[in-house]
Amino acid sequence: MATPARKRFLWMSRRAPHGSVQAQEGLDALLMAVAFEQPVSVVFLDDGVYQLKRDQDPARIGRKNFCAGFPSLGIYDVHDIYAERESLALRGLREEDLLMPVRVVDSAALGALMEAHDVVMSF
Amino acid sequence: MLHLVNRSPFEERTIDACLRVAAPGSAVLLYEDGVYAGVRGTGVAGRLEAAAREMRVCVLEEDLAARGLQDAALVPGVHRVDYDGFVELAIEYDSVTTWR
Repeated sequence: MATPARKRFLWMSRRAPHGSVQAQEGLDALLMAVAFEQPVSVVFLDDGVYQLKRDQDPARIGRKNFCAGFPSLGIYDVHDIYAERESLALRGLREEDLLMPVRVVDSAALGALMEAHDVVMSF
Repeated sequence: MLHLVNRSPFEERTIDACLRVAAPGSAVLLYEDGVYAGVRGTGVAGRLEAAAREMRVCVLEEDLAARGLQDAALVPGVHRVDYDGFVELAIEYDSVTTWR
């Protein structure tokens, strides 16, 4: 039997966590790709880096803390998690402000990362 | 007038438009993703600090906390308000407008 095709996916998450449902829908779609045993890398850029801010308490506004699940992505074999250095800097975020360690890459490295993947999804 | 802004300053120009137009002595309340503009140390902090010298600029405490910014230092001159403070602002000013 032929092995199902595997493509390397890069998930780009660009939206702040709680102002719209887009970020959460991106995570749901990512977990679906993982369920189909596709290798997935994730990068947070633009307002997406705010999803990585530690100590979020969205119960205060009646929303679910879906970002608390990011440190568990390793369970699903998602190990390559990146954040863009320029996006963090513009927002005054330091690595110690984040809820988990990530690989911080600059814009040029991010462009190369996009080239290195077969499919790039943006949420 | 009380101006309400709920958009991230890094995704849209809504806060820029509001601060350009709002009259001295008016109030600006940043809520939802608008609260990111009120945090010290970002690329837009200078604009907010200048605005806060001419008008009353507030950020909504509950939306800061939702985003992990409950303990964040704010831009000098920018104040925290809670939901009750939001209501008090709406009563204090004759009119309220929401920037889209």
